[in-house]
Amino acid sequence: MEQIGNFLALLGENEQMLYFVILSIFVGIEVIGGVPTILHTPLMSGANAIHGVVIVGAIFVMLNTAANDYLSLTLGFFAVLLGTLNVVGGFVVTDRMLEMFKKK
Amino acid sequence: MNQHILSILYIIASVLFIIGLKMMGNAKTARKGNLLSAAGMILAIAGTILLHEGEVGNIVYVLILLAIIIGTIIGWTTARRVQMTKIPELVSMFNGMGGACAALISLIEFQHLFPFDHVPPGGSQGHSGTLICIISGLVIGSVSFAGSIIAFFKLNGVLDKPVRLPRYNYINLLILSVVAGISILLFYSASPITIYALLAIALLYGVMLVLPIGGADMPVVISLLNSFTGVAAAFGGFLYDNHVMLTGGILVGSAGTLLTVVMCKAMNRPIMQVIFGAFGTTASGS
Repeated sequence: MEQIGNFLALLGENEQMLYFVILSIFVGIEVIGGVPTILHTPLMSGANAIHGVVIVGAIFVMLNTAANDYLSLTLGFFAVLLGTLNVVGGFVVTDRMLEMFKKK
Repeated sequence: MNQHILSILYIIASVLFIIGLKMMGNAKTARKGNLLSAAGMILAIAGTILLHEGEVGNIVYVLILLAIIIGTIIGWTTARRVQMTKIPELVSMFNGMGGACAALISLIEFQHLFPFDHVPPGGSQGHSGTLICIISGLVIGSVSFAGSIIAFFKLNGVLDKPVRLPRYNYINLLILSVVAGISILLFYSASPITIYALLAIALLYGVMLVLPIGGADMPVVISLLNSFTGVAAAFGGFLYDNHVMLTGGILVGSAGTLLTVVMCKAMNRPIMQVIFGAFGTTASGS
């Protein structure tokens, strides 16, 4: 019972965030509506690049790591590296797909 | 002051993501839309680094810049040079990198909260909100990473045949319940061993989820894992109260899920059959 109370309190404290999430879900659904089949793959690839925004979290965690916490710094280094791959690779490969699209 | 500018940059970046994604749904504006989203991403990344307040060691800045430079060079050249036919597997690989990034963030944040050498008195008391975000980010990110790597090898031809253990759906259900069990355990005793056990079992689940699925269904699977990574990124947004990560993550999470369903419809394959495919028919099929 106490656990449920805690959980409800957690939801209540983050009410604004939850509104934010629900509205974002609807925006996402709205944005995809009525997309032609040929654009499915580039759109997936474009969305793939956008979730690379996770790199912001990786940079943030690095900035808040002490300069002598080597384990966290090493993990953080790889997090930023992999995040960059996701962002740069994602956008460049999407651009290549759409470039081909135009020529047709 | 810096904090306010950063917030405004994040809002602009979020709007650019939404407009960019919308424009990508139309053949005429698609390319411009992709560039708009990329511009939003540059704003968000540059702002996060340049407008940070507080003491930061020089080595931290050096490591961040080094990681970004190496990542940009590798990402750019592979994306430019790869053959057109190999693009889907590359997308899968990049998706996996994002998932791994989310999982690593969770691991580091867990170590900040519960360091190896001394577990704080009171254990996980008062950290349940943070723990939910850490665990969700870690599990979803790892599943997405492991699944994407398997998808990459399937498209690559290394794993060309679907591997179906007998009753694999039950095995996967069992692994998933272990994931849930360890996650709940973490709320009672938050130790480093437990979080690494969770990481290992989540990776195993990712592998087992994609392994039985045939190569022809891979685009749908990649789209699904893509939305997983979006959700993992969103949990990172919760963790740091960072709105640009939330918008980007949720946007991809919901758009990706819908896209998965739409792709399934276009291929005339029910989504349940793709994921839980050969339910009970272990020997037949492909």
